[in-house]
Amino acid sequence: MSDRSLPMRFARPGAGGFLGYLAVVLIILWSLEGAGWSADRLISSPPKLADFLDRAWPPSTHNLDRLAWKMVETLQIAIAGAAIGIVLSVPVALLAARGVLVGRGVSLAVRTILGFIRAVPDLAWALVFVVAVGLGPFAGMLAIVVDTIGYCGRFFADDMETTDPGPAEALTATGARRLDIAACATIPAALPAFVSTSLFGLEKAVRSSTILGLVGAGGIGIEMKVGFDLFDYPTAMTVILMIAVVVIGVEQIGAVLRAAIMGQAR
Amino acid sequence: MLDHPATHVTGTVTDLQATGLAKSFGKARPVFEGLEFRIQRGECVALVGANGTGKSTLLRCCLGLIAPDCGQVSLLDQDIAAIKGPARRALRARTGLVGQKHNLVPRLSVLSNVIHGLLGRHSGPRYWVQGLAPAAARTAAFAALDKVGLADLALRRADQLSGGQSQRVGIARALVGNPRFLVADEPCASLDPQAGEEVMALFMSLVKREGVTVLFTSHNVQHALSYGDRILGLQGGRIAIDARAREVSAQDMARLYV
Repeated sequence: MSDRSLPMRFARPGAGGFLGYLAVVLIILWSLEGAGWSADRLISSPPKLADFLDRAWPPSTHNLDRLAWKMVETLQIAIAGAAIGIVLSVPVALLAARGVLVGRGVSLAVRTILGFIRAVPDLAWALVFVVAVGLGPFAGMLAIVVDTIGYCGRFFADDMETTDPGPAEALTATGARRLDIAACATIPAALPAFVSTSLFGLEKAVRSSTILGLVGAGGIGIEMKVGFDLFDYPTAMTVILMIAVVVIGVEQIGAVLRAAIMGQAR
Repeated sequence: MLDHPATHVTGTVTDLQATGLAKSFGKARPVFEGLEFRIQRGECVALVGANGTGKSTLLRCCLGLIAPDCGQVSLLDQDIAAIKGPARRALRARTGLVGQKHNLVPRLSVLSNVIHGLLGRHSGPRYWVQGLAPAAARTAAFAALDKVGLADLALRRADQLSGGQSQRVGIARALVGNPRFLVADEPCASLDPQAGEEVMALFMSLVKREGVTVLFTSHNVQHALSYGDRILGLQGGRIAIDARAREVSAQDMARLYV
């Protein structure tokens, strides 16, 4: 055995690294203070939460048919908005992905626009479309479309940029056009990631659509707001449970669809 | 052993002429520099050399897939750097590339992958998947698959093939457009010795039957000497061997890897 000593398990951070860790800790403490951190209020919250659960349980079944139709409307908003958004995301992503159809300049411009879309919350988009097209589910659907483009457009582009470049190079060597290469090599290679991202987009759309009603953009959210505003906690609890069931159901259906779609050749 | 390329001219037409080629990546010293060689129509040239000598880079420079730092490549009588857009695509439609990996699109059928080899001549959605392809394209692709012995697997997904089968599909895709000039970058690198031998024998019999000009790389000395009409050996960024295969010994080849 040589006389060399074992290396340390962890490298000691340098001065710069230590200052970096310290800065992270200080930013978190500063953020907690700005967020109104209060240990007293946290400790006193369990009895209040227990009181809420006591008043909300059992969930109300009085207006179940009306709530069920509102849930159906919520799903319709989510599915229609996500479907249109996902389809529109593909051409947008082709323009956002570097080196697939366009160069760095166009890609940067499109990615900046997608960043702006994502930076604006879905509720804000819903407010904008309520102003533009009036109250109701159509405004909510448009908000979901824009929100889905911001999400799927960016991740579709990332998926395309990280595909194996080999098939694209082989087609480039035969003289294929960029659009043909994208359609035949890049998009098929990225398809599993597209499906996964689209299903996440649908789940996101379902979650978003449940609260769009808060600003008059349709869906079941308005029922939850009314339930809390009128202290009708059993109805609010019913809505919360319905949302949970639907979101979990969409996740499960998504998993089944993903497996089914992945197994087919074209 | 370094002979002048002109001493090996057998055909009357030069398909590839490289003049003063140099390429470096970043600030590192050039991978190669001052490369000069010619490949005549119908020749099969083996490009050999140790890892890192720039064989794959040189192949890609020859097809215009990456630009050299300086120098010129004339491919099928055209200066590849001087043509852009449709003219460059038209030139590439007369060439093909067989990679180290088969580079098939895994989720598509074997037949769709082979039809993609026609995209240099035909563009558009009808050539994207075999289900939409015109009858002539399907027939040509099926015939190419038949040549490599895989007609029975036309509708199988590409990711359900063995390594040897995948590489044969890659060869069918490269040949379906009847290329004039073909580049193969270690076509057997990812295969076991038995499959590699079979694929190499099939590949060479097909290209020689079709009279295609071939530039291929291989770490298998026997492949280079058996299948190459001529050997180009790279060492230290320069051409150290340029001679007919029958004039090159295994010892000459071994010196390239020292």
